[in-house]
Amino acid sequence: MSLRIHSWLKFPPLVALVLLLMMMTVTTASAFTLEEFYFDSPAQEEAFRDLISKLRCLVCQNESLEGSQAELAQDLREEVYGMMRDGQSREEILAFLTDRYGDFVLYDPPLKPSTYVLWFGPFVLIGIAAFFMVRSLIHSRADQPTTLSAAEQQRLQHLLDAQAHADHEDKPV
Amino acid sequence: MTEASKKTSPPWRFLVPLFLFGALAGLLLYGLGQDPREVPSPLIGKAAPEFELPDLLDPSRTLSKADLLGQVSLVNVWASWCSACRAEHGMLMEISRRSDVQLLGLNWKDGQAEARQVIRMSGNPYRMIGFDPDNNAGIDWGVYGAPETFVVDRQGIIRYKQIGPIDPQVWQQTLAPMIAKLQSEPSSLPTQPER
Repeated sequence: MSLRIHSWLKFPPLVALVLLLMMMTVTTASAFTLEEFYFDSPAQEEAFRDLISKLRCLVCQNESLEGSQAELAQDLREEVYGMMRDGQSREEILAFLTDRYGDFVLYDPPLKPSTYVLWFGPFVLIGIAAFFMVRSLIHSRADQPTTLSAAEQQRLQHLLDAQAHADHEDKPV
Repeated sequence: MTEASKKTSPPWRFLVPLFLFGALAGLLLYGLGQDPREVPSPLIGKAAPEFELPDLLDPSRTLSKADLLGQVSLVNVWASWCSACRAEHGMLMEISRRSDVQLLGLNWKDGQAEARQVIRMSGNPYRMIGFDPDNNAGIDWGVYGAPETFVVDRQGIIRYKQIGPIDPQVWQQTLAPMIAKLQSEPSSLPTQPER
């Protein structure tokens, strides 16, 4: 351990550079998206961050509004921020966006007839699979013959007889 | 399992996994054919949003929803930075010559000088062009890229949204027949869904 510390101390400029790079990447990553927004309280900022992280950017579809650098995402962040500052509720803001861009902007699709397959499909599939599994288990158990066939009966008797015979012979007198 | 029970299972049972695989492959193949960039607009069948924008070429004039009423219109979203729009421009010029549909432009998130330059260089197919550098009307129209083109009927109801450029095929197979049908509809008949 002491050796390791020693070897680290041998290159303080390198360590400093690494730390500097780490600090730079961390600060720029968060400064990108929220630099122009000011909040009254940490709770308001938290609510804003939470809301935009649940909205999808339409241009870069695998990015949320929180993370996307697309121009449209910036516009929509500003729109959401403005609506929030105007005191609009989370529901009002979500309705505003889905009215214009569709449910597609929501990462969490709403439960309605057109999304029933999405929400219930997996459970239906699991149900079907479970039905067939249980059925095959019951069948495989039922397939086990509970009584022996005539031939098997005869063979068993033969073996028992042989064993009895052997036992008899081996018994010490 | 005994020999006897194996014989009772129908021979097609072996095809079940193959069938399931085929169904899954078919589903995935269908998914491959879909374009995830084409997000259906929730505005179809609804009234066009209210908007008021200065005209790009003559800021003293304004383009508003009132300009949509009374005739079938194409509202084309474009920008000078959009290369697909440049490719589409020639088609729009042709539409403006050939068709009597009202062609309105929505210049989206663009600079005034750059946008005017495009019109100066390649011609103006539009009756009017709304200038929307700050995406004010764009958000209300649910615009998420350029080019996009909305078909709006006489009552100001959005009937269709073309995402991506209008090429000759889109024009002949989709837009031209739709415009002809909408133009033949009597303007007073409330044939649209409510709202």
